[in-house]
Amino acid sequence: MRLTGPHIGLLATAAIIALLPLTFPNSYYYDVAVSALFNAVLCVGLNLLIGYAGQISLGHAGFFALGAYVSGILTTRWNLPPLLALVVGAVLVGTLAFVLARPILRLKGHYLAMATLGIGIIIFIVLNTEAWLTGGPDGLTVNYLSVAGWTLKGDRNWYWLAGILLLTTVWLSLNLIDSAVGRALRAVHGSEVGAAVVGVDTGRYKVLVFVISAVFASVVGSLFAHRNGLITPGIGSFFHSVELVAMVVLGGMASTFGAVVGAVILSVLPHLLTSFEDYEAIILGMIMMSTMIFMPKGIVPTVLRLLRQRGGAS
Amino acid sequence: MFAEFLQYMLSGITVGSIYALAGLGFAIIYNASHVINFAQGEFIMIGGMASSVLVAAGLPLWAAVILAVLLTMLVGLALEIFAIAPARDADVVTIIIITIGASIFLRGVAQLVWGKSPRSLPAFSGEEPINLFGAALARQSLWVIGVSLLLILLLGWFFNRTLFGKAMLATSYNRLAAQLMGIGVNKVLTLSFGMSAVLGAVGGIIVTPITFTSYEAGIMLGLKGFSAAVLGGLGNGAGAVAGGLLVGIAEALGAGYISSAYKDAFAFVIILFVLFFMPNGLFGKRSTERV
Repeated sequence: MRLTGPHIGLLATAAIIALLPLTFPNSYYYDVAVSALFNAVLCVGLNLLIGYAGQISLGHAGFFALGAYVSGILTTRWNLPPLLALVVGAVLVGTLAFVLARPILRLKGHYLAMATLGIGIIIFIVLNTEAWLTGGPDGLTVNYLSVAGWTLKGDRNWYWLAGILLLTTVWLSLNLIDSAVGRALRAVHGSEVGAAVVGVDTGRYKVLVFVISAVFASVVGSLFAHRNGLITPGIGSFFHSVELVAMVVLGGMASTFGAVVGAVILSVLPHLLTSFEDYEAIILGMIMMSTMIFMPKGIVPTVLRLLRQRGGAS
Repeated sequence: MFAEFLQYMLSGITVGSIYALAGLGFAIIYNASHVINFAQGEFIMIGGMASSVLVAAGLPLWAAVILAVLLTMLVGLALEIFAIAPARDADVVTIIIITIGASIFLRGVAQLVWGKSPRSLPAFSGEEPINLFGAALARQSLWVIGVSLLLILLLGWFFNRTLFGKAMLATSYNRLAAQLMGIGVNKVLTLSFGMSAVLGAVGGIIVTPITFTSYEAGIMLGLKGFSAAVLGGLGNGAGAVAGGLLVGIAEALGAGYISSAYKDAFAFVIILFVLFFMPNGLFGKRSTERV
């Protein structure tokens, strides 16, 4: 088998995930790493929608929060096993995304941004208001993740789970992009009318990728709920949706590894900035603006192009 | 019964006027550059915060208003020159992230300079409400509605009767053709941000005596303004005004008759409903894609 770019990337990611813990002095680092890995999984899914199908979603944190709350509510109030709750959440969110997809994905550009934004905010407000079910603004306490009597505890174990999940997701995403579905999606991104004319059922593919990305978000949400132990409606806020899109765009749209890099950077950054306290928002805003001004294609595609140019010149 | 309805309508129209001004801000920038400026809400916040800080520092109201509007306008111009212009040819999503980055940045600066606590302004002409068929109309509401109306009429005059306004319209129809006709397209784009900033600032100032303001106040107001602009059909000024009033009234009636906890949700439910059936908003033009 010949090693191509994506394979090398996948192997490199696996190596980094395996070796990185050697440099962690304490459990705080594991904690940050797990949240970065979770965000990376979510962003790989979102990138399929934004980067490949060219459809923006400003409400994806809503799907994430729904997954988290379905898991939280089913396991604490109805004593369902966590894995079953996770699957129920994924099915529910997938169905919701499927029902919404047709009317929503007819919309273009900023109208689509508005509609997804609206859905996200409505989910957020419902989670915030229906306190009898969700605990309202105080949040909901969620139990450990346990499967058949075995309980997943400790930052180290979560790190390995999240790492394996990310590798699986990246592998799935790379395969999907390289399949007929992926080519159809890129055609939709290039020109929807053009794609339809050459016989691509554009509607079906857009719905498919919308549902896939929503299910990714829901699964990560469920895991996040068990890991964090407490979930609040804030995880479904507009700001969180924006953060997710920013991760994808910053790392580089239409690049699976770009999504991973963007997610890691924007997840780790706030932890690096905590010592600046009052300046945190200012620095974050500056970084978002300047990255997009100087690298409009995102970090990974820009760096790859520079490397290739240098390689070609020498 | 009727008094109650009237009361809700009055508060809906008052808030709706602010949404209309914000929506117009979105429309002006969108027309000139096809950019959706997610920092529009921050213009509203800066107007409100700056004026209340200046009044608290002892300045007379009129001076505080002028300074706050000027400050916001400078922020708007700077945003275009330093952040939007360098990325002019970038993707739509890239520019959205830039304006969102700008809004986070401006919020951070406001929090640092003016603090986290909410601020207010005294009502412009007394707190004593006017009795209108049993409903209480705050005097400040008259200011809000009156000033908004004046600004909307002024904008109508500007775009239809002045050379520069026509140049802006021409740029929105076809940027290249406008440029070939000798219109300074870059100046038009910069100015559109300045104008939107002024609209936002004035809206923020006149509504502050009613709703208070804080460094975070811009987020929801900006989103509602975006809703107004989309509801009316992007780039349609009159549509944005109608959209703003609709969102404001729907919110007030929904909060009054159905549930106040869901006040912010009504606007978005209506918009989703409208977009499902009219993908280009209420008054938007149908668009076709060129291959």
